Amino acid sequence: MNENIEQDLQKQLRKEAIRRNWNLFRQSKLGMIGLYIVIFFLFLALLQPFLFITGIWNKGVYDPVVGYEAIKDTLLVVECPKEYPTEKYESMKDCPGPGELNVKRLYLAPGVEVGDYYETFIQPAPPSSRHLLGTDSLGRDVFSQIMEGSQVAFVLGLLSATLGVGISTILGTIAAFFGGRVDAYLMRQSDLILMLPSLPLLFIISAFAELKVWHLAIVLGVLGGLGGSVITIKSQALQVKVKPFVDSARITGGSRWRIMFSHVLPNVAPLALLFMVFSVTGAIASESVLSFLGLLNIDMSWGIMIYLSQTDGFIFSGLEFWWLILPAGLAVTLLAGGFYLVGRGLDDVFNPRLRKR
Amino acid sequence: MSKEVLSVKNLNMHYETLSGDVHAVKDVSFSVKEGESFGLVGESGCGKTSVAMSLLQLQADNAKISSGSIQLDGVELVGMNESELRKVRWDGISIVFQGAMNAWNPVVKVGEQIREAIREHYPEKSKAENTEKIESLFKMVGLDAAVIDRFPHELSGGMKQRAIIALALSCDPKVVIADEPTTALDVVIQDQILNEIKKVQQLLGLSLIYISHDIAVIAEMTDQMAVMYAGSIVEIGPTEKVFSTPKHAYTRLLLESTPSVVGEKKKLRSLDGEPPSLINEIIGCSFSPRCPDPSSDCENPIKEMGLVEIEPGHFADNCCVDCG
Amino acid sequence: MKKNVIEVKNLEKYYEVSGGFFSRNKDIVKAVDDISFEIPFGESLGLVGQSGCGKTTTARALCLLDPKTGGDVKFYNNETENMQNIDNLEDEELKKFRRNIQMIFQDPYESLNPRWTIKDIILEPLNIHNIGDLQDREEAVVEILKTVGLTPASNYLPRYPHELSGGQRQRVSIARTLIMKPKFVVCDEPTSMLDVSIRISIMDLMLNLAKDLEVSYLYITHDLAVARYMCNRIAVMFNGKIVEIAETEELLNNPIHPYTKRLISSIPVPDPSYDRKVYDVNYDELDAIIAKHGTDNPMVDIGNEHYISTHDVKGLI
Repeated sequence: MNENIEQDLQKQLRKEAIRRNWNLFRQSKLGMIGLYIVIFFLFLALLQPFLFITGIWNKGVYDPVVGYEAIKDTLLVVECPKEYPTEKYESMKDCPGPGELNVKRLYLAPGVEVGDYYETFIQPAPPSSRHLLGTDSLGRDVFSQIMEGSQVAFVLGLLSATLGVGISTILGTIAAFFGGRVDAYLMRQSDLILMLPSLPLLFIISAFAELKVWHLAIVLGVLGGLGGSVITIKSQALQVKVKPFVDSARITGGSRWRIMFSHVLPNVAPLALLFMVFSVTGAIASESVLSFLGLLNIDMSWGIMIYLSQTDGFIFSGLEFWWLILPAGLAVTLLAGGFYLVGRGLDDVFNPRLRKR
Repeated sequence: MSKEVLSVKNLNMHYETLSGDVHAVKDVSFSVKEGESFGLVGESGCGKTSVAMSLLQLQADNAKISSGSIQLDGVELVGMNESELRKVRWDGISIVFQGAMNAWNPVVKVGEQIREAIREHYPEKSKAENTEKIESLFKMVGLDAAVIDRFPHELSGGMKQRAIIALALSCDPKVVIADEPTTALDVVIQDQILNEIKKVQQLLGLSLIYISHDIAVIAEMTDQMAVMYAGSIVEIGPTEKVFSTPKHAYTRLLLESTPSVVGEKKKLRSLDGEPPSLINEIIGCSFSPRCPDPSSDCENPIKEMGLVEIEPGHFADNCCVDCG
Repeated sequence: MKKNVIEVKNLEKYYEVSGGFFSRNKDIVKAVDDISFEIPFGESLGLVGQSGCGKTTTARALCLLDPKTGGDVKFYNNETENMQNIDNLEDEELKKFRRNIQMIFQDPYESLNPRWTIKDIILEPLNIHNIGDLQDREEAVVEILKTVGLTPASNYLPRYPHELSGGQRQRVSIARTLIMKPKFVVCDEPTSMLDVSIRISIMDLMLNLAKDLEVSYLYITHDLAVARYMCNRIAVMFNGKIVEIAETEELLNNPIHPYTKRLISSIPVPDPSYDRKVYDVNYDELDAIIAKHGTDNPMVDIGNEHYISTHDVKGLI
């Protein structure tokens, strides 16, 4: 019976702790904005498989990589007058008008006369009710590509961040705890990786190896995990190491490993989580840059979308083909920024010194 | 009969926090006469530092004085704007904070920092005049004149605290608040600082408000004292009277729970429980949950709270008089 | 013959400090310099002095947190019931021996792991030493919580330290310390961070436990009044040395060493009518003792088990 009371109390206390931290997080407006952004993209990432499975979307049409839909348009062939204004057109700019096509552009289609109706495929097609964000130059749905891209961003960001933080937490704690040569070696290694500019390094790696999402996640994770975060985690671990509760465990006879894993690690974990959230931002940004430069072997991602619009020349045509550039660019900025803002919000929770009240 | 320099009437102050308003100061009234030293004693969280901060109008952003008045030499401080307050602070009333010795700017010489404070208030004074003033202040608090040209890190904790006292006196204030000025110091140095404060106070005829959790220090330093509990004053009067004939149960427990090196070794009484949360309104006697022997009056929440005069000048909270 | 729980002889703890970035010579700081004392069964010794006098260094050396640099320390072994020197123990034996020595820390906010529940904190020593089965351990935890006055135990076990008040945390620290049933506990100012009103209840609890469980304390404090309440004997430490050691009342009523006198006279008295005299340091009494006994012997007995250090302290106090 006693057990039950204890367990109930434990549950209740845990709930309270969660509620308290949630309230603290909620105080941070930026953090909440970030959270909404992240949730929005998470929703997008999960929505796409749902649409395919339920059959609302046809794979043949909406698949982000191999889907295709021909958007047909019927145009009236006209000849533009030489003098303006006429009854139909105010100035030269107005000809051809909406739904019309100047006969002079039809030199490749012999047999079409002025007054005929001409059928054509529009690629890239502007947004419509069937394709909310239009299609790209190959007739693929842009909205579906954005969803696919957010899946890639989440997988890559979370995977590399988890890996990186895992490595840096363990190495940082070991450096703090064993000191001496181990510490010196780990610190020099971090300095070295901090000094190396990471993007050029990634270019070189991508030249030697075929980088897929998984590979990139591992490379980014390891680079992040061996870099500067080891130093920060170490300094935090050093602070924890001299706390009386660690002394207390030593007096009782706890071994070094025991103290490290059960006392020091849990107390650097909040900081590590913070790092993790921030490094998601970096991973998403790095992926976009590498994809944009065409250095990644990925079917579809936000970076690839921008890359394609650039290689097809649409990026230079101003905002005429905005749906090819803006959604992907915004998505990268928003999600990377969203994770950053969530990190700021968490900072308020974990860092009591920053709390206002 | 010397005149009143500072009078606080029915001061109420609360902090607005996430979990609700914390009523840190409840209906506090006291007055300090010229040349008198007044002690405020109580546990941590009882509101003594909040009172000090309100006196200087230096309270935190989320603190609100909801009612009451603080008059310094007949001038009302509550509701003053920032520029008027700047004149009053340091000039009329100054403070020695707890741990203030760590508040020195480490890259500016000690003398220069005091000079800056004087310049802020008396821009017309010359540098030589100021230096002379600082030298005399340093002499008063037992520091060598050479300390003027020292950096804070070159001084020991006790010396830094002495210099802080000199800083507090630099603009000839009428009232000095000392908020636990010796808490971070060793007994021997605490003793020296206390003597220094006492000496300076008598020499300059200052009014001193001494805030401490240590009732022994209050006994040595003050003429009048007030005991605070849960945001309100539960007993106030001449120090000797409060010590010889404590009326409130809390005061009595405080006195009986303080060990001493002098006199017979006696069994000390412990005070169990925690002070009440200041978020909820306390109905009835705030001390009764911890009172070892609450009278029936104590548990009766209808009884009017408030200070009653027991003998001339000696007041205690109505509810816990003569119980416990 | 009295049985002791700890015998300390000529304990030394020296640190090497380099003289600066460019300087090659190293200075030696004698944090603890040749101190000796013993604590009989069931008695408590107060170690009193200013901060920086070496009292915490002594505590850490005795608890094997930092290795001592010299001297001989013998502990009472619960199992063999003999005094034992532990300098040459192997790892496993040393771990086993650590059960006999425990420490209570000053800051109740820092001495409990904030990410652990109270139950895990108190269980830890039992887990480290693998004592009893799970049920035994849990029963022991409930029992010890009752002993330190935290009832009902089920209300505290699943909580985290930050949900408790300072006094309750210090009770948890005491519970954790005593669950191993040590005979010797080092207390490093366990009440100095607590409020006056809570201080006495913690001190009373410790005194009662000392009586019931036959624990001896080495009670480290800067406050002679607290030491008087807690300890049978008091040792006054100054500059890394014990300058005077005697029965509590004997020391307070009949101090000889100028530093002890200075310390006693510095303590405020909670009585406004008491006129405390400012002590003017003079070395006459100490000089007389040195003249009589010479300085060969670092500590001399002047009767009543009252020992004075003959070390030259002129100009230091």
